[in-house]
Amino acid sequence: MENVSSVCIKDKLTALYRQYAAQISDSMPESMNRVRETAISQFDALGLPRKGCERYRFTEIMTAFGHAYGYSISKLAATADSQTVFRCAVPNLDTYTIIINNGWIDQKNSTIPANVVATEMADGANKYSELFTAHYNRLAAQKDDTTISLNTAFARSGLFLYIPDNVVVDKPIQIVNVLSGGNPQMVNQRNLIVAGRGSQAKIVICDHTLANSKFLLNNVTETVLQPNAQLDCYCIQNLNDRSSQIASLLIEQNADSQLLANTLTLHGGFVRNNVEVLMAGQHAEASIYGLSLPAGHQHIDNFTYVDHAVPNCTSYELYKNVLNDESVGVFSGYVLVRPDAQKTNAQQSNKNICISPSARMYTKPQLEIYADDVKCSHGATVGQLDESALFYMRQRCIGEDEAKMMLMSAFAHEVVRTIRIPILAERYAEMIENRLRGRHAACGDCFMKCEKRG
Amino acid sequence: MFALAVSVCIIVIVRNMLTIKDLRASIDGKPILKGINLHINAGEVHAIMGPNGSGKSTLSSVLTGNSRFTVDGGEVTFLDRDLLAMPPEDRARLGLFMSFQYPVEIPGVSMVNFMRAAVNEKRKFNGLPALSAAEYLKLMREKSQLVEIDSRLTSRSVNEGFSGGEKKRNEIFQMAMLEPRLSILDETDSGLDIDALRIVASGVNKLKTPETSSIVITHYQRLLDYIVPDVVHVLYNGQIVKTGGKELALELEEKGYDWIKSEFDNK
Repeated sequence: MENVSSVCIKDKLTALYRQYAAQISDSMPESMNRVRETAISQFDALGLPRKGCERYRFTEIMTAFGHAYGYSISKLAATADSQTVFRCAVPNLDTYTIIINNGWIDQKNSTIPANVVATEMADGANKYSELFTAHYNRLAAQKDDTTISLNTAFARSGLFLYIPDNVVVDKPIQIVNVLSGGNPQMVNQRNLIVAGRGSQAKIVICDHTLANSKFLLNNVTETVLQPNAQLDCYCIQNLNDRSSQIASLLIEQNADSQLLANTLTLHGGFVRNNVEVLMAGQHAEASIYGLSLPAGHQHIDNFTYVDHAVPNCTSYELYKNVLNDESVGVFSGYVLVRPDAQKTNAQQSNKNICISPSARMYTKPQLEIYADDVKCSHGATVGQLDESALFYMRQRCIGEDEAKMMLMSAFAHEVVRTIRIPILAERYAEMIENRLRGRHAACGDCFMKCEKRG
Repeated sequence: MFALAVSVCIIVIVRNMLTIKDLRASIDGKPILKGINLHINAGEVHAIMGPNGSGKSTLSSVLTGNSRFTVDGGEVTFLDRDLLAMPPEDRARLGLFMSFQYPVEIPGVSMVNFMRAAVNEKRKFNGLPALSAAEYLKLMREKSQLVEIDSRLTSRSVNEGFSGGEKKRNEIFQMAMLEPRLSILDETDSGLDIDALRIVASGVNKLKTPETSSIVITHYQRLLDYIVPDVVHVLYNGQIVKTGGKELALELEEKGYDWIKSEFDNK
């Protein structure tokens, strides 16, 4: 039955593309249009990924796709001032803000640093044609994942962010993705981020639903770090629990570049994160962190792929899950060290706590090493809260529930402390505590009291 | 014109600290405590000695409410309350403290936050307002000086990476912070060198008042040179088989436990 409906969805999406191909390509740049046909053909030929295949061993993608969604090819007229609809996800955090509504940038309500380019993809392709053409779909085309092909075929909306050479952005750039509207909707967002030579920037990406409708956000972000660039990328995922999210962050690191990626998944019924890093220049460093706190019937799958293609690079991965209720967590960490990539240092760690006996965690480290002078390690644990620590805390007057909270927060802290924006780290700790206490996982003074539970 | 000073001083002297009657307990169906009887008054220090496996640590675990052990019978009254009916945290809040034989490391929980939660939970239970940040830090400073603990230790995660001696000293620091009525020192001397032992014992002695009592569980007489007991009990095979004054500890040190074992086994 699954296969039948999967084929059915594939046919519907392919037909949707064929029917509206002209509108989808309308007023879009040649660099985006010329790859659509290949992408849709690939999608048509392979269909959606099947549960059990290499990349989706424990995840049924039909959980996300197997529903009726509306799809809008063009930007809808804004119904309200975004600033009043959405003030701030992270209070007291002084940032530049880019608001993206159902995939489209809300220029009017965004504040963009003067020395940085942040525009719609089409504008970016027109104004920075050479740069855009050089990087658009270069990483994505190599991926063996048809959710990415689907994105490439339909891509229209999204953010082109270019931090020119040697620009040091003085404040974090907060990108707020809001999904709104009363009907079920699929949103297909495509971003391209280029961090120029020697540039430095911190990006905070917040994904939110402003309605209780069922959304499917299929988001692909290609990111290129040119030599010596430093980029921090913090993703806070907080869709409602009826909604699904596939977030593919595809990164290329050139020589001496430094990446810090940190994904915090709070809500969202179905979440699949692909964080894929290609080490393309020597002495590049990647630190990749993730923390997920699934409860209820959430299914959260973190997939990472680190490709050490050249020598002397370092990658460090730490993913943690605290799982409650009937939730399911997945971690698949693939590390490839190619024959030339001597002196690679690759470390991977995945630690998980199941608070409820019916929560399930699947973890699959996978290292393929073809060079002989490397340092690689991996480790995975699934456990419960430490009983002896709980008793010790209770003997020190601390009630059982509070003791559990302290232990869970401490477990999460290992990921939180990697954040290099102090105020954001504080907000993280607060959101995590709220989530673990079963409260609304927003920051303290966020006025959004939307219903997250599915 | 007239200054009227009324000073009302009510001193409630509680003599009864802890009364244990016929306490029996087991682990995984195996009986360990086989009818313990013990009475401790306020202001007293009782030492419990005995060979390995006699049930000393089980007794402290059962008194503090460790759920690994099953209470099969008997009763325990602590400050006129039914101790066994209370969850571990309420026993602690009422004033029962145990210095653990093996203090637990809790990575990611700072000593400062841990002790603040502990102190304030106890205050709340006793109807007192939470301490302000300034009051709390002052208390930390005073107590860490009292028990001579390095302030660098209190800024780290609970017991994480502490040496054996630092862990035991940290237990006494926590005891100072919580000001318990009854403290159980479970083999606090194990793993301590003579200097650390002296510092730990001096901390315990400084915290002693006529309203507090201690149970000192130990294998060796050495600790009792520093913490002088009023009463010494010998626990063997789950029962208290001998009770005496502090000279009993010396006798045990000299003669070992075999004479007690044979005396008891022949009965």
